[in-house]
Amino acid sequence: MVHLTRKGRSGGKILGTAALGAALLFAAAPAAAEPSEADLHAALQALDTKKFKQKAQAIEHLGALGGPRVLEVLGALAKGRLYVREDGRIVIAERAGKQYTIQDAASGRSEPKAGKKELKKIKVNNRLRRLIRGVAGRLALFSDDPGQRLEAADNLIKNPKPQALPLFRQARDRETDDAVRAKLEIGIAVLELEADDPALRLAAATTLAEISDPDIHSLLKRRLQPDIEPDPAVRDALHSAVETIDRKLWLFGIAENLLFGISLGSVLLLAAIGLAITFGVMGVINMAHGEMIMLGAYSTFMVQEIFRSVIPPELFGFYLLAALPVAFLMSAAMGVLIERGVIRFLYGRPLETLLATWGISLILQQLVRSLFGANNREVANPEWISGAVEIAGGVTVTLNRLCIILFCLAVVAALAAFIRYSRFGLNMRAVTQNRSMAASMGIRTGQVDALTFALGSGIAGVAGMALSQISNVSPNLGQNFIVDSFMVVVFGGVGSLWGTIVGAFSLGIVNKFLEPVSGAILGKIVVLIFIILFIQMRPRGLFALKGRAAGD
Amino acid sequence: MGPLSSRLFALESRRGWTVFMGLAAVLMLVVPVLNLVVPQDAWLHVSTFWVTTLGKFLCFAMLALALDLIWGYAGILSLGHGAFFGLGGYAMGMYLMRQIGERGVYGHPELPDFMVFLNWKELPWYWFGFDSFAFAVLMAMLVPGSLAFVFGWLAFRSRITGVYFSIISQAMVFAMMLAFFRNEMGFGGNNGLTDFKDLLGFDLSASTTKVGLYLASALMLGLVYLLCRYVVTSKLGRVLIAVRDAESRVRFLGYSVTRAKLFVFTLSAMLAGIAGALYVPQVGIINPGEFTPAKSIEIAIWVAVGGRGTLFGAAAGAVAVNGAKSLLTGIAPEIWLFFLGALFILVTLLMPRGLVGVVRQWHERRAIAKTSRSDSHASA
Repeated sequence: MVHLTRKGRSGGKILGTAALGAALLFAAAPAAAEPSEADLHAALQALDTKKFKQKAQAIEHLGALGGPRVLEVLGALAKGRLYVREDGRIVIAERAGKQYTIQDAASGRSEPKAGKKELKKIKVNNRLRRLIRGVAGRLALFSDDPGQRLEAADNLIKNPKPQALPLFRQARDRETDDAVRAKLEIGIAVLELEADDPALRLAAATTLAEISDPDIHSLLKRRLQPDIEPDPAVRDALHSAVETIDRKLWLFGIAENLLFGISLGSVLLLAAIGLAITFGVMGVINMAHGEMIMLGAYSTFMVQEIFRSVIPPELFGFYLLAALPVAFLMSAAMGVLIERGVIRFLYGRPLETLLATWGISLILQQLVRSLFGANNREVANPEWISGAVEIAGGVTVTLNRLCIILFCLAVVAALAAFIRYSRFGLNMRAVTQNRSMAASMGIRTGQVDALTFALGSGIAGVAGMALSQISNVSPNLGQNFIVDSFMVVVFGGVGSLWGTIVGAFSLGIVNKFLEPVSGAILGKIVVLIFIILFIQMRPRGLFALKGRAAGD
Repeated sequence: MGPLSSRLFALESRRGWTVFMGLAAVLMLVVPVLNLVVPQDAWLHVSTFWVTTLGKFLCFAMLALALDLIWGYAGILSLGHGAFFGLGGYAMGMYLMRQIGERGVYGHPELPDFMVFLNWKELPWYWFGFDSFAFAVLMAMLVPGSLAFVFGWLAFRSRITGVYFSIISQAMVFAMMLAFFRNEMGFGGNNGLTDFKDLLGFDLSASTTKVGLYLASALMLGLVYLLCRYVVTSKLGRVLIAVRDAESRVRFLGYSVTRAKLFVFTLSAMLAGIAGALYVPQVGIINPGEFTPAKSIEIAIWVAVGGRGTLFGAAAGAVAVNGAKSLLTGIAPEIWLFFLGALFILVTLLMPRGLVGVVRQWHERRAIAKTSRSDSHASA
């Protein structure tokens, strides 16, 4: 439980209102400030009774006192951890071995351990537990922690009870945090929809029109059913509110699909960008490309394990940064090995290259399976990319997805800059455009080939590192991407980096828009068929390179 | 001798016919005799298990012939031939499914078990007719044939060649796999079609039926081989070889490359479908696993190992690689993938003409050595 030291904000006036409202509707109403220890002590003693009815009264009384201590005590009571000591004081005790660790309930101070015999448990039944939940929920609405207040308000909105209305109003009046206040306004509006005063209902409908929440939407629709809302003006307001929300939800749906599509697109792009280099620039069909991705993922896994065992845990989150060069170098080294060992002998025979690299992919897969086992390996998300961000109207993105989008863009930008501005990039483009001319200008084409292949493979390795954050790391990791990444490259246009980028994002977005209509698998089939048909129309893809470089 | 029989006779050289007839005799007479006549405990006895395994290999050989016809002769490497094989298999599987009738677990007179399980009330339209064997056999050829025709027409018309064709054919088989994994497709989803009982009234678990299926496979393989020989020795065959070696030149000479390719691709798909239809009753199951891209690529290595563009080599390669697979997975399963991977690399690097090429080279070298020796004799 979080204890904040801010206390007694905006004082007694509200306490008075609170008490008044509470007196009307609840037997217990939350108070604003932390009660004195003596008050708390006295209220707690009332729990030491055999009668559940009296216990219930005591709980309500505690609720009226309010404050974080009360919340903790009530939590302990619900869990059966509240005891009466031999001297009659109420304590929170927890079993530790044969003895109990003791904490004074009123003050929260730790006390020496005690044996079982010195303690008597305060029993609760289900009815009391329900009561505690209610009281604690209301108390949380006045907690010092804005997070808790928000959660409590959310809970109360989810099952709205008309009695909670004054409570919401009090809470709103003393609320300082904007987010929580907005939430409370929603709660008030939801409850006022059923108020007797048509003016209040009208205001509520107008307020709720601003809220693009599916739950609110269905609530408003329910109010629109015949014979519920008598006032025509309010009905109109409800109608327009439902329409506004409909429109907004539709827009948010599109935004969500777009976002998820971009996220999928960046995954595809990461997987395909290395292929765009080896296939697009060199014309080499590398069927082991997927395995380069897999090697990158396993390198990440290994770096993570090393960090776990050697580096202090505070620095564990940085293992990804260390994994980045490792994954790149591992895959790049393997790429050089493959190019110099096999592919070099097969230039000009693309179909043979395809088969030979398929053989390499089988060997690499089996190698990894023999070394690491066939099961999924767990690669943890570091803390700084865990969690989710809510964008608007319930559209949430997990942070790791967002990071992948950014990472993907960074990789592509770096790669484009490298090819455009570096000396090696210049050589690479020269060899692509006219091999023999480049050779006669003194470029070592063999070296350029090897390094280009290393670059493509290394980027696949980096992609593997990124993918390890969102999917399972297993020997089959690469297999899952190979058809997709070939589709992206062929669709976008072989040899064109832009084509690959546009191809990846459009396929990702189309896929996500199809998914709700046709289901994930059927959507994928439709996309595949679409690409097959598309290639018939534009055999060289979206952005076809002109000239001989794209030739067969 | 009439023109047809002389054409038939010309399909193979004298030595070719000797080998063909010799192999036919071994496969169609010796093996069945060793299984059916020789007593079980004699060392020469071939168990029914091995007969069925050999029958399976013969189906693979047929599939390899189909691929060699387009890859070896027309230069089209299809990485999606498993699709045609699988479709042929599914057509036969649907017939076998309908034959189960009331003997299924749920005992429904018409619906296969998996449809009852999915709560389907009636047979989907595309299942009609499959209670007839002749219809199923026809479909085993027509369905792969039509798919190949449409796919090939689209691809060849827009002059998609080389690796592009390979990649989109792989995408095709991948899409098929995804589709057949879906339960809603009505082909048994993940589990596929299995639990077959009998074929044309013969009990599939009886060993005589198994030997019969094996014989049918052997006979069919022989016929398919001769048909392929017929195609490649015809004028069309020479056009195909020319397409493989210089496509644009053939186009400029006025031949319709598209039509030639389309014909041979469709024919190849139909042959693959027949192979699949013979394969399924022997293994007793067909599932979407046949459509995995990896399986389709494996077919290419059978052909490459034997030697592409030789037909005979492709069939031999299929039997050899699958024999090695049975052997190695029996010893240690993890070795097999290393072996297969190495096979892909070494064959493409070191034996581009496959086993047949190695044997031919050896023959040529001996012939050269002989002539040079006789030359030196003459001059001396």
